[in-house]
Formats: sequence, C-alpha cells, structure tokens
Amino acid sequence: MKRLMIWLPLALFLGALVLFAGRLMQPDDHLVVSKLVGKPLPVFTLPPAASDRAGLTSAQLATGKPRLLNIFASWCVPCAAEAPQLMALKQAGVEIDAIAIRDARPDVDAFLSRWGNPYTRIGLDARSGVQIALGSSGVPETFVIDGQGHIAHQHIGDIREDDVPKLLALLERAK
Amino acid sequence: MMRILAFLALLLAVPVHAQTALPPALYADRQIADPALEKKASELMATIRCLTCQSQSIADSNASMAGDMRSEIRQRIMAGESPEHIRGWLIERYGDWVSYQPTAAPILWPLWAAPLLLLALGAFLMRGRLKRGEKR
Amino acid sequence: MIAEAGLAALWFAAALALLQLALTAFGLAGGKSDLLGAVRPVAVAQGVLTAIAFIALIALFLRSDMSVLLVSTNSHSAKPWLYKFAGTWGNHEGSMLLWVTVMGLAGAAVALFERALRRDTHMATLGGQAAISLGFYAFLLFASNPFARVTPAPQDGQGLNPLLQDPGLAFHPPTLYLGYVGLSVAFSFAIGALLTRNVDASFARAMRPWVLAAWVLLTLGITAGSYWAYYELGWGGWWFWDPVENASLMPWLAATALLHSVTVLATRDSLRAWTVMLAVVAFSMSMVGTFLVRSGILTSVHAFAVDPSRGTFILVLLAFYIGGALALFGWRVGAVREGAQFQMVSRETMLVINNLLLTVILGVVLIGTLYPLMTEAFGHKVSVGPPYFDRVAGPIALTLMLAMAVGPLMRWRRDQAGVVARRIAVPAAIGLVALVTLALTVGRTIGVLPFAGLVIAAGVGVASLAPLWKRNLLRTPLFTWGMVIAHLGCAVSVAGMAADSAFTQEKLVAARPGDRIDAAGWTIVFDRILPIAGDNWTALQADMTVSRGGGTPVAIHPQSRFFTTPPTTTTEAALLTRWNGQLYIVLGQEADQGRWQLRIWWKPFVTFIWLGGALIALGGVLALIGRERRGWQHKWRGRRVEA
Repeated sequence: MKRLMIWLPLALFLGALVLFAGRLMQPDDHLVVSKLVGKPLPVFTLPPAASDRAGLTSAQLATGKPRLLNIFASWCVPCAAEAPQLMALKQAGVEIDAIAIRDARPDVDAFLSRWGNPYTRIGLDARSGVQIALGSSGVPETFVIDGQGHIAHQHIGDIREDDVPKLLALLERAK
Repeated sequence: MMRILAFLALLLAVPVHAQTALPPALYADRQIADPALEKKASELMATIRCLTCQSQSIADSNASMAGDMRSEIRQRIMAGESPEHIRGWLIERYGDWVSYQPTAAPILWPLWAAPLLLLALGAFLMRGRLKRGEKR
Repeated sequence: MIAEAGLAALWFAAALALLQLALTAFGLAGGKSDLLGAVRPVAVAQGVLTAIAFIALIALFLRSDMSVLLVSTNSHSAKPWLYKFAGTWGNHEGSMLLWVTVMGLAGAAVALFERALRRDTHMATLGGQAAISLGFYAFLLFASNPFARVTPAPQDGQGLNPLLQDPGLAFHPPTLYLGYVGLSVAFSFAIGALLTRNVDASFARAMRPWVLAAWVLLTLGITAGSYWAYYELGWGGWWFWDPVENASLMPWLAATALLHSVTVLATRDSLRAWTVMLAVVAFSMSMVGTFLVRSGILTSVHAFAVDPSRGTFILVLLAFYIGGALALFGWRVGAVREGAQFQMVSRETMLVINNLLLTVILGVVLIGTLYPLMTEAFGHKVSVGPPYFDRVAGPIALTLMLAMAVGPLMRWRRDQAGVVARRIAVPAAIGLVALVTLALTVGRTIGVLPFAGLVIAAGVGVASLAPLWKRNLLRTPLFTWGMVIAHLGCAVSVAGMAADSAFTQEKLVAARPGDRIDAAGWTIVFDRILPIAGDNWTALQADMTVSRGGGTPVAIHPQSRFFTTPPTTTTEAALLTRWNGQLYIVLGQEADQGRWQLRIWWKPFVTFIWLGGALIALGGVLALIGRERRGWQHKWRGRRVEA
C-alpha cells in the first residue's frame, strides 16, 4: 500500500502529460455544435426580413424535400463572403431559406441587392430568439434540413468553395 | 496567427466586432422590476457561458448575442419559468458546455465525486500519523 | 550592441548553469569534492549574467530600439516611460527572460546566503537549480529569443496592447513571477535532500525562509492581480475561476500547505516525505500553470501569447523536471522515515488537517480546471465554472478556517481538549453572536455560503488574535506576530468575500445627462457626457456627482475608451472607496435617444478582500524577519561563547 502511494503522484502526472500532449496535437476548435442535429426543428414563425420575400415558419421547412436553412445577417462580413457559394448551390437546384439575425428590412434589402439573393423565404429574427432555439451560436451558419423537417447537419462558419459539393452530398443523403 | 501579445492581460476589452446596429433587446440591460425575480435571473445569467466570447458568462459579456440571451432569460423568468428549466432548455440546444455549473450528467459524476474521494484519501493517509486511543 | 550583449550574457549564463550542474554532479557522485568549491561562485556569476541580460532588455525597451523584433512588435516610441519599462515583460519572450532572471538570482541567493544546510545537500540543491535553469535557458535561446533583430528596422513599433497600459502591469507580473519561480528553490531543496538522503528538521529550518519569501510574493502577486482584474474588467467581479487564475492559485495553495508542513518538520521532525512531496508539487504547479497559460490548451479571458509549438517545448520541460522529480521521490523516499506519530489533541494534528484540506482544495481546483480537457477526449464538451468551484472549495475553505482558529491555540505534542475549549470560548461566543445577529437581521435573504463566511470570519478574526492574549506584546516573538497577522488577514479577506457576495447591490439604468439616479442609498447625478482625448486614446467620459445621505457630493468620471491600434474599446470604471465599501460605476453603450447604459454597484466591504491579502503578505514578512533575526541572534551568541 505504501509503495502504491509513493508512485501514485508520478502515475497521475503521466496521465496528465498524455492529456496535455493529446490536446496539443488536437487543439480546441472553439465550435459549439447544436445538439438539435438529428432532431426536429423547433417550431417558429418569423415575419419577412426583406421587401420581396415572404417570412418563414418551421412548417414551411418540412416539405418532403431536403433544403438549406442559412443563418445570416446584413452586418456580418463572412455572410457576404459566402454569397457566391450560396448562389452556386441555388443554381444546382437547392432550395435555400434564411433567417436574418438582429437585422432591419432596409439593411437586408441593401445586402441582397449587393451580394445577390439565393433565398426563397427570409424570416427576420430581430432578437436572436429563433437562433438560440436552433442551438446556433453565430453567423453565418447553415443547416441541412431533411424532408421531415429534421436537422440533418449544421455547417458552422462561412461556406467555402470546397464545402459546396459536401453540402450537395449531404442534401442528397438527407432525401 | 494571433500576434496581439498580452501578458496576464485581462481581456478587458471587447474587440470591435462587426455587430448589429440594432439597439439591445428590451431586457438585455434592463432589470426586472421585482427584485426577487431579478435575483433569480441574474444568478442564472452568471452561470451561462457566452457563445461569442467563450470565456465570459452572458452576464459579463457585451456581445449582442449575450444581450439577446439575457433578454430571453429575463422574459422567461417573468413568464414564471424556473431558472433550472431555462438552463435545461439551453443545454438541450448547446450541450453541457453552455452551463458553467456542471450538470448531473453521468460524464460529470467523477467531477462531483472528486472532492469526496480526495477527502477520503487524505483521511486515510492522515490516519497513519495519529496515535489512537492512547490517553495518559 | 546592447541586444548582442544581452544575448551573449544569456549564453554565458546558460554555459555556467551547465558547468554548475557538472561540478555538482562530479563533485558529489564522482567523489571529487574539491570541485564543489567552485559551485557557489559559478551560481553567483550566473545570477549576475541573467540580471545583465534582463537589464539589457529593459534598456532596449526604454530606448525604443526598433531594430529589435520584440521591441518593435510590442512597444512604441510615444508611449509613457512606465509602460515602456513594464512592457519589457508584457510579452512572451520578455516574461520568460524575467523567469530565468528570477531563477538565476534565486540560485545566486541560495549560493550566497544559505548557511544552515548540510554542505552536500546545499551543493545538490544548487545542482538541481542549475538543472532546472538549463531547460528554461534552452527554451529562451532556442524558442523565444528576446534579442532577435529585425532588418530593416521599422520606423516605429506596433505598440503595446492598450489593455496592458496600466500601472498594474508594473507590479503584478513581477511579484507573481518572483513567487512562482521562487518556489523553484524549494523544489531544488527537495531534490538536493532526496539525492543526499538528508530530510530532517535542520533541512526544514533551512528551507523555511525560502518558502516563506516565495509565498509572500505569490500572495502579493495574486492579490494585486485580483484587484487589477476587478477594476479593469468592469464586471465588478474579483475572481472568475478562470484557468489562468486557477494556474496562479494552485502554486499558492501548495506553498501555503508547504509553509505549514515545513513547520511541523522543523519542530517535530515529522511529515518528512510529505513535506518533500509538497515542495515538488508547489513548483510543479507553477510550471503546469505556465504550460496551461502559454500553450493555449484552455480557453481563458486572460489573453496570452498562445503558441502550440512553444507549448510542446514547455511540455517536454514539464515531463523532464516534474516526471524526474516524482520518479526520484518514488525511488528515494522509501528510505525516508516519516517520523514521530502525533497525539490526537495537539497542534501538529491541526497542521496536518490544514495540509489535508489545502491539498484537497488544490486537487479540486486542478481537477476542475482540467476536467473539460478530459471529457473532450471522449467527445463531450463541458464547462466547469464558478458554481462548481464555489460550492466545492467554499465549504472546505471555511472548514479550514475553523482549523486555523483552533490550531494556534493548541500546544505542540499534547494538549487537553477541555483547556483548548476554554481558550476558544471567547472567539466561539463572538461567532455565535454574529450568527444570531445575522439570522435576526438578514436571515434567509443571503446564501448559505456567505452567511457561514461572515459568521466564521467574525469568530476566526477574534480567534486569530487569541495567541496574543495575556502576553507581553513587546516580548512576543516577531514570527508569532506574523502568524497572528496572516491569520487575521485570512479572516478579513473571507469577510470581504462574504460581504461582497451577500450584500452587493446592482442597478442597471439607461440615463440621460441631467438625470438623477438613486441606487443603494447613493444619489447619483449624471451631469453630462463629453469626449476627451488621452495619450493614445480618446474616450467618452461621463461626469457625475454622487452623494450619500445628504453628504458632500463627490465628482466621479467613468469612461469608455477607444484605442485605434488595435481597435478596441475598454471601460474605465469609476470607483469611489469608502471605509465600508466601494461604489463602482461603469459607463456602457449608448442605449437609445441620448440615453446611456449605466451599471452601478454598491459593494459593502469589498476592499477587505485585498486588505486581507495584504495582511497575509505582511504576516509572512514579519515571520520571515522574525525567524531570520532569531537565527542570527543564535549564531552571534554562539560565536561570543566560543570566543
């Protein structure tokens, strides 16, 4: 017993060392992933965020066909950066709905006329309530929604060019 | 690579993020009139981790999303929801990560057991140092 | 030229550390004891060289020599001189140079002033110190050279992070580092004692002043850091249980335990292996803390230069030194007899309880800090924050306070429970009065922990003075005074913490200039808001006059400051200190229609937290002077008798 106690500190330290080394090799990604992936969308109804697009309700996202739900804001720079990729997805026949976070209609209109409008419907989430309900932690984020209105995948951050085929594959799989 | 070097520097400042121009949500920085409810809300807010500045509670953060979460929490408290229910609702969305107060999830059992185990181990070690039952 | 001289001094110092290690190794193990004569001069020379290197870096910062990479990336010629000076250690390389300088100077001090230790143990200790220094020299020279030049030299520097431009930077990091690194002396003592199989009371007496000195500095550093965070962050909090704060607390907890166990070893020649273990743990915690902070493996509010490759380097150092020391411990300590057993009712029992509880708190803080790393290895992200640490460490710390009240009133070896009960009767009665008063006045409106904290602080505050009862205060030894004041400081600090958490009143308002705000008995008149310009910032300043109960109005000026390089906004809270608390006002963002968001706190007795910290450090200083003076007196008398 005494021998065990004598070597215990070294054993604990070696354990900690392994832990530290593991973390150094695989640093924290600082991403907070929504726990709702694989679960149904929360129920919500949002007013229109843009002059020429309708608002958005959760029921409109469960139409039997997989689609994308993009979380964006007119004040967010990466959201403008991912606009071409969203356009490309739209051209590939993907239906994209959006939620604009903490935004105002004139700002959203200006943003869309400048960077393009790939969205079918845009809901306005002025106080981030639906964003929080979705478990989303920032802008931009993109959710893949399957035909039954379940969240199939969450893409955190802006969509890069090489993410486009990945999202297309995920949409295919969500059918 | 972050080259802003800081030494034991408190991140006293909020980097000027692109943040919305909208004014803060109604109850982001406004207290509930009833002090008892406000106390409940502020105690909860102090234990919810901010999603944008990840080392602060939403009570201390100036991020707009933290403000929205504070407003959401105050409004739910006013509607009669219990703080633990709101915490549970947030954990359902963001996982155990969002609560600075560790939950009772099985993966956290060892954490809660740690102090007791350490005390027991210490008492065991100490036992050998004391003379027992010897009175003069 | 200065940079090259500094670098050369560092290389020479490193070479001397290698020489020092070789001399002690061959001298002790190889039986060439004539080599040992050179060890002390080498250690002193090494200390001098590190100081030269450090002074060189300070000179480069003061002269704003932009051809030095470190200066150009962290300083600016237009900065006030204080921040040029303090900016020397306001960055990774400079702070690591401070680290090795403290290590070198501590080694030199051990070589020069240590007289009580057996010669072979003394030499082995210096060998240990050299071995640790070598690793950090390597880290500095190969991975964080502070003297590297840059060509072409830029016109001017990028400036010090504006957040650091505070007098706190001049005081907090150096004291903390002196404490952290000062513990390396205790570590080296432990290595020396294990190598030369010399763990006994005289070893403990020799080690005690070094531990005390490091502990005092650590206490000051933490106290200063806590106050800095409190007034700068603008959140009204003074401790956040953030990983970086925990990293500074853990060495302090270990050092506090060590301070008490070393007394048991010095007085009763017991707890030998345990004391050696604590000496190893204390500095190990300093190194682990440095690793956690510099490698960036934990997220923290305290921004640090984070670099995984440097993290790897420090990790190797950790593996080498801590692993080596613990292996040496396991290998050698079996032969160390733990010493005499104790009677149940005795001061040594209380000191063992002190060690037990401090170690449990240390364990809890360590586990809580690392737990998110462990769960993430299983793909599960969790957070461990203030609610956990408060709930777990709080009750243990309060129990520890009770032991602290009783311990000094007990005799060594054996005491009688009835007699001790009589000695503790008055403090216990005071505690009871506090309990009843609080129960009748604030009752259930405050939490259990703050309630218990206030009651215990009252009782322990009185109990801590009890050892002076019926004594001639002038003839009471200085180290007894030290103990009394340090223990009183603990009670004062706990009272401040409990009062802050129980009675703080917060008010959030959106106010317009001209508005009158009533908060926590204060009347705050928001006179106006206007832009002002500082050295390298502009600010929006709110002018307010505050008064309480018809008293004289006082002007205060909370600010919101804007820096352009890098673009940051900081809040400069306005603090108004009264004997019974602090008024704390933060100017927030503009809300709407010309109204400004204000955060107002009245924090009763919050200053007691840091006042207590200062008392604890003062107690340490008195104990140190008292012990040293007695040592000299003994020596002097001994010499006179011989003559």
